[in-house]
Amino acid sequence: MLLRHTPTEIKERKSLVVNPAKTCQPIGAMYAALGIKGCLPHSHGSQGCCAYHRSMLTRHYKEPVSAATSSFTEGASVFGGQANLIQAINNIFTVYEPEVIAVHTTCLSETIGDDLKQIVTKATKDGKIPEGKTVFGAPTPSYVGSHVTGFSNMVKAMAQLAEPSSEKNGKVNIIPGWVEPCDMEEIKRLCTMIGVDTTMFPDTSGVLNGPLSGEYKMFPDGGVTIKELKEAGQATGTIALGEWCSADAARWLDSKHKVPCTVLDMPFGLKATDRFIDVLRTVAGVSIPDTISYERGQLVDLISDMHQYFYGKKVAIFGDPDQLISMVEFLRSIDMCPVYVVTGTPGKKFEKRIKELTSDMPYECKVKAKGDMFLMHQWIKNEPVDLLMGNSYGKYIARDEDIPFLRWGFPITDRQGHQYFPTVGYKGGLRLLEKILGLLLDRKDRDSPEETFELVL
Amino acid sequence: MSSKTKVVQWDPADIKEELLKKYPPKVARKRAKQIMINEATESEAPPEIVANVRTIPGIITMRGCTYAGCKGVIMGPTRDIVNITHGPIGCGFYSWLTRRNQTSAGPDGENYMPYCFSTDMQDQDIIFGGEKKLEAAIQEAYDLFHPKGICIFSTCPVGLIGDDVHAVAKKMREKFGDCNVFAFSCEGYKGVSQSAGHHIANNEVFTHLVGTNDEPRKEEYKINLLGEYNIGGDGFEIDRVLKKCGITNIATFSGNSTYDQFASAQHADLSCVMCHRSINYVADMLETKYGIPWIKVNFIGAEATAKSLRKIGEYFGDKTLIEKIEAVIAEEMPEVEAIAKDVRSRTEGKTAMMFVGGSRAHHYQELFNEMGMKTLSAGYEFGHRDDYEGRRVIPEIKVDADSRNIEEIEVVADEVHYKPRKTPEEIKTLEDAGYQFKHYDGLNPDMDKGTIVVDDLNQYEAEKLVEIMKPDLFCAGIKEKYSIQKLGVPMKQLHSYDSGGPYAGFKGAINFYKEIDRLVGSKVWSYMKAPWQENPELTATFVWE
Ligand code: SF4
Ligand code: SF4
Repeated sequence: MLLRHTPTEIKERKSLVVNPAKTCQPIGAMYAALGIKGCLPHSHGSQGCCAYHRSMLTRHYKEPVSAATSSFTEGASVFGGQANLIQAINNIFTVYEPEVIAVHTTCLSETIGDDLKQIVTKATKDGKIPEGKTVFGAPTPSYVGSHVTGFSNMVKAMAQLAEPSSEKNGKVNIIPGWVEPCDMEEIKRLCTMIGVDTTMFPDTSGVLNGPLSGEYKMFPDGGVTIKELKEAGQATGTIALGEWCSADAARWLDSKHKVPCTVLDMPFGLKATDRFIDVLRTVAGVSIPDTISYERGQLVDLISDMHQYFYGKKVAIFGDPDQLISMVEFLRSIDMCPVYVVTGTPGKKFEKRIKELTSDMPYECKVKAKGDMFLMHQWIKNEPVDLLMGNSYGKYIARDEDIPFLRWGFPITDRQGHQYFPTVGYKGGLRLLEKILGLLLDRKDRDSPEETFELVL
Repeated sequence: MSSKTKVVQWDPADIKEELLKKYPPKVARKRAKQIMINEATESEAPPEIVANVRTIPGIITMRGCTYAGCKGVIMGPTRDIVNITHGPIGCGFYSWLTRRNQTSAGPDGENYMPYCFSTDMQDQDIIFGGEKKLEAAIQEAYDLFHPKGICIFSTCPVGLIGDDVHAVAKKMREKFGDCNVFAFSCEGYKGVSQSAGHHIANNEVFTHLVGTNDEPRKEEYKINLLGEYNIGGDGFEIDRVLKKCGITNIATFSGNSTYDQFASAQHADLSCVMCHRSINYVADMLETKYGIPWIKVNFIGAEATAKSLRKIGEYFGDKTLIEKIEAVIAEEMPEVEAIAKDVRSRTEGKTAMMFVGGSRAHHYQELFNEMGMKTLSAGYEFGHRDDYEGRRVIPEIKVDADSRNIEEIEVVADEVHYKPRKTPEEIKTLEDAGYQFKHYDGLNPDMDKGTIVVDDLNQYEAEKLVEIMKPDLFCAGIKEKYSIQKLGVPMKQLHSYDSGGPYAGFKGAINFYKEIDRLVGSKVWSYMKAPWQENPELTATFVWE
């Protein structure tokens, strides 16, 4: 038993978080910033945060993750980090020559009250920012929200680069939220098939799933360009995927530049994908090509074939709110029962939404926002489940309680390939179903006594 | 690999110039002092390297922070202490099981390493102070687990808002009576690298824990192993070999360690230091306070392991022990040699570069030597001058503001427990025979003349070095791994060994030989270019036409 000290008896904890189901804001900001073309993310604080965030992103995406830091020491912590940041900006443009530096704060620079806007203004005045280059930033205090909040804050800062214009360019802004680079690729593929001209931001496809070619590009070819972001205000509309990750940026564009927005759930699973495709259809004013209906039909086909194995199976799932909402809906749509749902990210709306999605279930769904994995494990100990879904940290619970475990979410540190196989859209749905069924049937094969062990299942 | 053309002879001075060329003048001046062309082998006064100085803002460094050194490196591998990170959630999350420290829960079954404990400070805690929350968190941890010890780690904002973590720890320690609670002021900004965190951790462990178990130990040949962290099971292999030789390892600082190991460390008769950087001062303190002499050892490499075992044997000077050690070496070596020989036919003449935290950039050169591989360039992420130039430079090292931040603790001989393990005559006899106590020559003398030693290497310089010198293998950490591999050069993580290990001791050497053989021989590096990229000119037409 690896988590041998976890008791079955549940006592309320007010101060101690044990085995968190979230992490801190800057890592989300760093991931989002990598989805801008030619961008070097910069962490304004002491260098440890930057090292941790780079390491974790690298472990998950298995790709180079470059980011600079202001490397605060005691002095900067007391007197403010302005000098460090300006020096950093100068060094970065000289040595690495990025197009953009996207700065995010850390809990340190937030606590001392460094004002990014003012520092960037000063750097501009001092001539530290070369012609045509961009430096912008987002506040990401780690003692508020979670990594999801940090992602959202950086995406909002990207939206704020939009410049006023009375023209319209006929494009649609797509804010995909924190999904894998391959998911962003898949969303773009669907848009192209329908014929919607898009600006996707952030867009980490081509950045964090690039080829191995004997060449290292610090700034790979992928990513949204600053020019595109500047023109985001000229779009016909914005589709934001995920209330937690993407809505803030979309609403800002709406209120500031009158770009109407629609906030949808992330397109995981059948129904959320249906809604997404349907909105794209209306936006483009076209009918959906048969190829997409065909893909959808394949997913429905697989659901019907597999339904016998899924029906009534209990699932414990943890992760980030936007992903969880769509996934819980998907699990319900195949008649699986998500009985325990935990996110570390705060948000009352989350619990309400999950309750709604699971209201027709034969079991009560225990759901907690701002929860931790220790609690989820205790729930499981009290009443076991058939499947556990979440990031790699779940493997300890899975092993102790002997539960099939689907790795999904962030971070995945002990399996590979997730950066290449999308789980959004109908195609992604196929992959999810295949993985879930594989786990359940492997389990069945392992548990069956010899006399009932069968070749055909 | 085969398709890669090696750049013939670059003059080391030109390489250095190339590395510095692009920097703004101020940065270039500073980096120039941290990059040296090694000529230390025989010369009287080798050039001095600048180390343990601040990282340059904006230059993409390999370094981490003080907290990482304290909580991650030193306290991370201690299994029966509940380690609570006081701060916002991130720091605790990232240091949760990410160092591949392996552990065995032992007969008592206490193991908190798979857990992550944090006070998850929120904005109101930052505004009004987090002491109350910390106190409550310690109480909750105590009520849930009743551990022997609870340690508290401060993160950046905690230092800024001035929470007195030591006072909270003291209050709770006194309240519980049966649980040792102590704290570390290891805020990330405190030092210039992880090194400051090692120091802070070691000081507190020495102050609050070492020597608190008086129960005498009856075993023979008792040692402490300092600076071994059981990454990928290294410590398990070292323990296996020691046990086979009849040597008792009282305490490993801190791989697979327990509360009680630290508490009993004063019962050892010799301290053996593996990672000089992270812990050399603890060896000194153990000597001053308890009279335990120390030697530098190295269990990375089969030859190095044999040498270190013999050194331990010579110290105890006992014939049975020495014979036992020789018997173990004789038994273990044939398998190692057979595999080395096989591997060597493929690795001979290959080249490596190594840039890791502390001693690893030095120790692993032994293993590469055993495979006939040459180290072209190496350096430390957070070494100090003595790690490069040897302990003799310690008195010359200037104490700057950042080092002054780290408390030096005053240690004196313990009135009750101080007991010199050897008489001055015995020490002298050993030394006259060439035995070296408290001795470390550093990395430089073991590297060839003309090789390039770089302190605090950064991403830009790493890429340049690889482009210019085209090594067959690059060793560093996870952050560096994929940018190097994109260049078509295999990269081995030496902090955490990717998924491999152990690499220490005899069995470890075998694992390492095989792993390096796989890496430098992998076919994948020959796939970089597609046929049409190798030969872009269309010179023929297809037969169909
Ligand atoms: S919680 Fe704060 S100090 Fe810790 S890693 Fe995150 S930003 Fe850095
Ligand atoms: S070898 Fe390096 S990474 Fe390991 S403890 Fe020593 S200094 Fe740290």
